[in-house]
Amino acid sequence: MTNWRLILGIARKHLLTKFRQTAIAALGVTFGIGSYISLVGFMTGLNQMLDSLILNQTPHVHVYNEIRASETQPADLYSEFADSFKMVHSVRPKQSQKKIHNALPLMEHLEKDNNVLAAIPQLKTQIFYISGSIELGGNLTGIDAMQEVRYFNFEDYLLEGDAQSLENINNGIFLGAGVAKKLSISQGDRVQISTIKGGTFPLKVAGIFQSGIADLDNVQSFASIKTVQRILGEPENYITDINIKLKDIDYAPQLAEKIREQFNLQAIDINTANAQFETGSTIRNLITYSVSITLLIVAGFGIYNILNMLIYEKMNDIAILKATGFSGKDVQLIFMSQAMIIGFAGGILGLLIGYVLSSVIDGIPFKTEALPTVTTYPINYNPWFYVIGICFALVSTFLAGYLPSIKAKKIDPVTIIRGQ
Amino acid sequence: MRTVLETKNINKYFKKPVLFHVLSDISFKVSPGEFVSIMGKSGCGKSTLLYILSTMDTDYEGDLYLNDKLITGSPRDELSQLRSAHIGFVFQFHYLLAEFSVLDNVMLPAKKLGRKSIQEIEHDAIEKLRMLDIEKLALKKASRISGGEKQRVSIARSLINDPLIIMGDEPTGNLDSYNSELVFEIFKKLSDEDGLSLLIVTHDKDFASKTNRIIEMEDGKIIN
Repeated sequence: MTNWRLILGIARKHLLTKFRQTAIAALGVTFGIGSYISLVGFMTGLNQMLDSLILNQTPHVHVYNEIRASETQPADLYSEFADSFKMVHSVRPKQSQKKIHNALPLMEHLEKDNNVLAAIPQLKTQIFYISGSIELGGNLTGIDAMQEVRYFNFEDYLLEGDAQSLENINNGIFLGAGVAKKLSISQGDRVQISTIKGGTFPLKVAGIFQSGIADLDNVQSFASIKTVQRILGEPENYITDINIKLKDIDYAPQLAEKIREQFNLQAIDINTANAQFETGSTIRNLITYSVSITLLIVAGFGIYNILNMLIYEKMNDIAILKATGFSGKDVQLIFMSQAMIIGFAGGILGLLIGYVLSSVIDGIPFKTEALPTVTTYPINYNPWFYVIGICFALVSTFLAGYLPSIKAKKIDPVTIIRGQ
Repeated sequence: MRTVLETKNINKYFKKPVLFHVLSDISFKVSPGEFVSIMGKSGCGKSTLLYILSTMDTDYEGDLYLNDKLITGSPRDELSQLRSAHIGFVFQFHYLLAEFSVLDNVMLPAKKLGRKSIQEIEHDAIEKLRMLDIEKLALKKASRISGGEKQRVSIARSLINDPLIIMGDEPTGNLDSYNSELVFEIFKKLSDEDGLSLLIVTHDKDFASKTNRIIEMEDGKIIN
């Protein structure tokens, strides 16, 4: 039978009378856990920011109509040649439309899928920006601005203007930062554009956006789908691209495959489009994990050291306790509970310090071209880090206390008492 | 007749550094209320014997009976339970927990045994301290009292569980004559008035001569 009150009472007494030692041991845990929390929060925060550079702007599945050569040529279809060796020279791409056939019903169909968060239409076309006699080549993309804001953080990249204004202002356009600089125009000015087919349209600059990729910002502009359709003289169902955002990104390759087969469209999933992104974030995660494990192990050794010393110092007490009827297990429990108290107190304090450090880092200014809305260093306040932190504090103090406590359990009181 | 403690042919060897026969064929009995002292020169094995009798040392051959019950070979946890309940121990060096108060030191074995409530234990502990005339020290830290007082505190501690027998390993060895006399008087009183058995290892001839029976040891054997 174990008398917990008595054992905890003795453990408490030991800890309190050696308060400085106890504090040092607990601080070892505190610093380990605190630096773990702040470092992991900071590193994963940076990782998330880097990931979001790509993820925010990239659809999980991108559906469009690709101009390409037919895989089966007429010669393949003719049964007379079935067993023959065929060679077709100078194959040309098949004449097909740029628009996605039946795009509106297709989007409706896709949104019925439980894994799909949203399917958003886009209309991409080539245009020229006209400034006096100069024509600058560029891309104009028709978007549903509010949907883009909701699912692709479009607003984060708007330097000036408000996404809503694209819907409100007639013939409004968001110019890429590079384009605006080249044309020396700013928000509220007018810009002339012309399509490939000819025809000039005056548009009003409703805002400036910056993606952080200079090559893109030098050519890209956005307008509402309706505006682009009007410029092109196309009907309302003229849509060239569908961007799909999923609830679970892992489902992307599967859905892309399905769309390719079912609708005979080109569908690219994010993993294929950004293979290097996967590798990059895996390696960054690996670095984060190895650094945090190192930190935690160092903290664990600190605890082991202190407890070991504590037990050497308490040899006499152990002998007395054993001589007055305490069993080895009782003595072991006394030291284990000391370790756990140190681990728990140090761990909780570590979480607090980690949180405070994180908040401090969170307040340091950090400007980047790529993400105009980021003003301070990113920190990830994932509660899981705190759970892992306190669990590790407890597990490592348990292990660090276990070995010395086994030693205390096995101490033979007779050798100590007689050795005096 | 009932015996409190009995040994039958106890043998013990030290294996390091060389094989050494410390105790050979030790057999004796202690009856209730008997005040026995063990005498002998240093290294004759008297302390070794005492630690075997106290159940702390289990590495021996032969049989040990406590209260007419064979306890040789019992598991360690059971032995510490028995030790806690039936044997009080007084060491040459007082061996108190320095960080605890005198009262806590006395109460600790009883708390461990858990037979009584905390209030009862505290009452008993103060009773024992009063009996030994040191109740005014109760709340002092164990490290802040004199050597003679410490020894009396450890006697109080050995009494707290109302043991059958008190064992002492030169309890007066480290005390001046005044305090030695005091400790002897306490033991004598416990033996005479409370019917407690005492088994005290000593090489103080005056002390031994006043006890009921002297067991003399030489080279690991009982010679008298």
